[in-house]
Amino acid sequence: MTLAEIKVAIESLFPGTILENEELADHQVEFKGDQWLEVATFMKNDPDLSFDQLECITGFDTGVEGSLQTRYNFHSMEHRHKIEVIISHDRENPKVASIEKIWRIGDWFERETYDMFGIVYEGHRDLRRILCPDDWEGWPLRKDYEGQLDYHGIMVPKMKEESGWE
Amino acid sequence: MGVVKGDQMILNIGPQHPSTHGVLRLEVMTDGEIVSEIRPHLGYLHRCFEKHCENVTYEQVIPFTDRCDYLASMNSNFGYVVAMEELMEIKVPERVEYIRVIMGELNRIASHLLALGVYGLDIGAFTPFLYMLRDRERILDMFEYTCGARLLYNYMWVGGLSHDLPKDFEKICIDFLDYFEPQISEYNQLLTYNKIFVERTADVGVLPADVAVSYGVTGPNLRASGVKWDVRKDEPYSIYDRFDFEVPIGTGELGTIGDCFDRYLVRMQEVRESVKIIRQALKDIPGGDVHQALPKKIRPPKGSVYRRTESPRGDLGYYIVSDGTPVASRLKMRSPAFTSLSVLDEISRGWMISDVIAILGSLDIVLGEIDR
Amino acid sequence: MTVDMLIDWFATIGDFPVLAFILAVVISGIPLFLVMALNAMVAVYVERKVSAFMMDRIGPMGQGPGLHAGKWGLLQTAADAVKLLVKEDTVPESSDKVLFKMAPFIIFIGAFLGLAAVPFSSTLQIVDFNVGVFYIIAVGSISVIGIVMAGWASNNKWSLYGAMRSAAQIISYEIPAGLSIIVPIMMASTMNLQELIHYQSGTVWGVLPNWIIFNNPFSFLAFFIFFISVIAETNRTPFDIPEAESELVAGWMTEYSGFRWAIFFLSEYANMLIVSGLAVAGFLGGWRSPIPGLFDSGAWGLFWFMGKVASLIFVMMWFRWTFPRLRVDQLMHVCWKVFIPIAMLNIFGVGIWKLIFG
Repeated sequence: MTLAEIKVAIESLFPGTILENEELADHQVEFKGDQWLEVATFMKNDPDLSFDQLECITGFDTGVEGSLQTRYNFHSMEHRHKIEVIISHDRENPKVASIEKIWRIGDWFERETYDMFGIVYEGHRDLRRILCPDDWEGWPLRKDYEGQLDYHGIMVPKMKEESGWE
Repeated sequence: MGVVKGDQMILNIGPQHPSTHGVLRLEVMTDGEIVSEIRPHLGYLHRCFEKHCENVTYEQVIPFTDRCDYLASMNSNFGYVVAMEELMEIKVPERVEYIRVIMGELNRIASHLLALGVYGLDIGAFTPFLYMLRDRERILDMFEYTCGARLLYNYMWVGGLSHDLPKDFEKICIDFLDYFEPQISEYNQLLTYNKIFVERTADVGVLPADVAVSYGVTGPNLRASGVKWDVRKDEPYSIYDRFDFEVPIGTGELGTIGDCFDRYLVRMQEVRESVKIIRQALKDIPGGDVHQALPKKIRPPKGSVYRRTESPRGDLGYYIVSDGTPVASRLKMRSPAFTSLSVLDEISRGWMISDVIAILGSLDIVLGEIDR
Repeated sequence: MTVDMLIDWFATIGDFPVLAFILAVVISGIPLFLVMALNAMVAVYVERKVSAFMMDRIGPMGQGPGLHAGKWGLLQTAADAVKLLVKEDTVPESSDKVLFKMAPFIIFIGAFLGLAAVPFSSTLQIVDFNVGVFYIIAVGSISVIGIVMAGWASNNKWSLYGAMRSAAQIISYEIPAGLSIIVPIMMASTMNLQELIHYQSGTVWGVLPNWIIFNNPFSFLAFFIFFISVIAETNRTPFDIPEAESELVAGWMTEYSGFRWAIFFLSEYANMLIVSGLAVAGFLGGWRSPIPGLFDSGAWGLFWFMGKVASLIFVMMWFRWTFPRLRVDQLMHVCWKVFIPIAMLNIFGVGIWKLIFG
């Protein structure tokens, strides 16, 4: 199925989910986050869509003033079609439903995005940091991240200032 | 965290341990010798690769990718440059494509040899490890001859390569392949069909196909569970569609489909297939200049790309978001070993501690890639 | 032999029986200890070289005394011995200190006592027990106490695992070993080691030496069951689960370093010597030459005995560097469900054979 057909299939069952966005490439689609669990279940179980492989979850920070995004890459092994789903979150209180019960790899991918960006995935069975130590402060991959000064007495080195990369 | 039942013991495997393939801590809840749950603790090797990539230019990212999966650096580079070339729509010369395939497959052989040898070491067979490492040394010598480095190459650049093939490389490579193919039978004789090895690995840690797909397991681990999925054949990149090679899948020959023995055997068979690909590539390699298509300055257009390639551990994916500047806005590396490790808990329940070591070895993880 | 000879000699000097006994025992203990130490030094060097050549490398090498490790690395073991002696003696803070320090010595005692009964030649034996075979098997079990002590006293889960596995393994494999060694006892009607070797004189079928292994098919099988069971008793691969390096990081020996570890090591190689000696004496004709009548007298006995023992030890080393290791439950399965039935069958078979063929 092409992306247009997939969008039609989803829109017919969950009207209002797809948000229009001119800047997206032709394989990307932006969803509204409120019905995400139902839409995801539909995408996995519907025999025409059958997205059984969740390839990657990437968090993205659109800028210091902008929103946080979670980008999901899906692939169907049977129909060989792909889709990229973007869901935007409010910066103050980023959260969305967790899909780790549908695709089991969502468990670790969502933990990693939580660790790096602070996006809370509701319904996750055990949302805690995975790469940083459990008592680390802050969300490292956000654009406005300020590293803590020390960690249990060890000095945390600072990133180099951006100068002269041209 | 979790409530420990009365008669359970918590055993810590790692972070320093001879068989955890890196710095990994496994918290194992056991009842005597039977495992009831495993909780992996990662992050010991986290070097903030993705944050660094937001502060250095696109060319400077390539040595960083080397250091993620340090056993298959060529393939890590390959994944990155393929993604970047798709984003920037660069077409590289034919010679560059052929050399990239040859280097990628040689590195696949080297990585699999190490994985198989170390697996034998975990099971207790000391000698096959040294034989496989001896042959891997010859491959690393070839790499050193080409680009000066044995393990971390910085070889594949966006739009080309750092060095062309040196003099007589084709001859050295063919000599190596002719020496190497009979060695595979020697390994099979010594380790693969050894009764004790089969007893330790057959029927142990069975990974069913649907669980594997749901956990995002890819590469030899997924193929051992019977699913015929290889990015080189199903979403071909570079010039892989010109080569004739098989994709070995697990058949449950001496046990169940998807057990540790199948994962081992699939890697052994993939080594043979890689040898085939290299021979075909060496025969057809054209001349040309490898530096011809290197852009003077890498400034990709705005947009994003997600491209995956086949590394020895599975689907290596790069998600790159560019905002038009020479520095990436977001670069995420989807590492195959990360997903392979996530399935360890599920398939080790009910087995003994020795089996956990066997299962972990069969998944072939590299911590550098998991933690980045 | 040696203790008896010394007591007789002391008797000719004067009449002090108790003192003579004590002196005789102490004096014969010295060559025994020297044999243990020499055996460990030679066996370690041979193991390193043999394993190196099997793995396509060359092992310890050197250019001459004083330069690196001696010509062909011969001084390497001496250097290692010196290093182990001067190493810092670490005892873990939270361990049970008394048991921790006692454990290596108990294992050492087990090996030392066993070595006293090994018949190196017709005259070279420390004591010629009337129940020699029984004595060696019995004394070999003392080391289990030491191993469990070592694992428990280290206060370390990994050591505990190793010790439990080792205790289970050694105790289980003593049964097929004991059952298999009954076969030569039945055939020679004696437990005395020298008489067992005397029984194996002459030839069978005119060509083969009359060793017990060649006598009948059941004793042939009994030799292999015995040999594999004693490899399990000495904790060598493929039965080295207790010290499985890649799983348990040296298992029950993890917390030991320096001289204490050297004692473990010494005892392991002495154990290998003892069980090979027992196998050779019981099944392979002891100090008799393979061609009866040729080179069969006096000092040649020591040569043949050590030659046969050396080949068995070489086979043990060969196994170690070739085979992977078995899992604990597979080990137990092999012992209880495979070896013990076969060993019992052997005893019946040999009994019936002796009845029919005399």
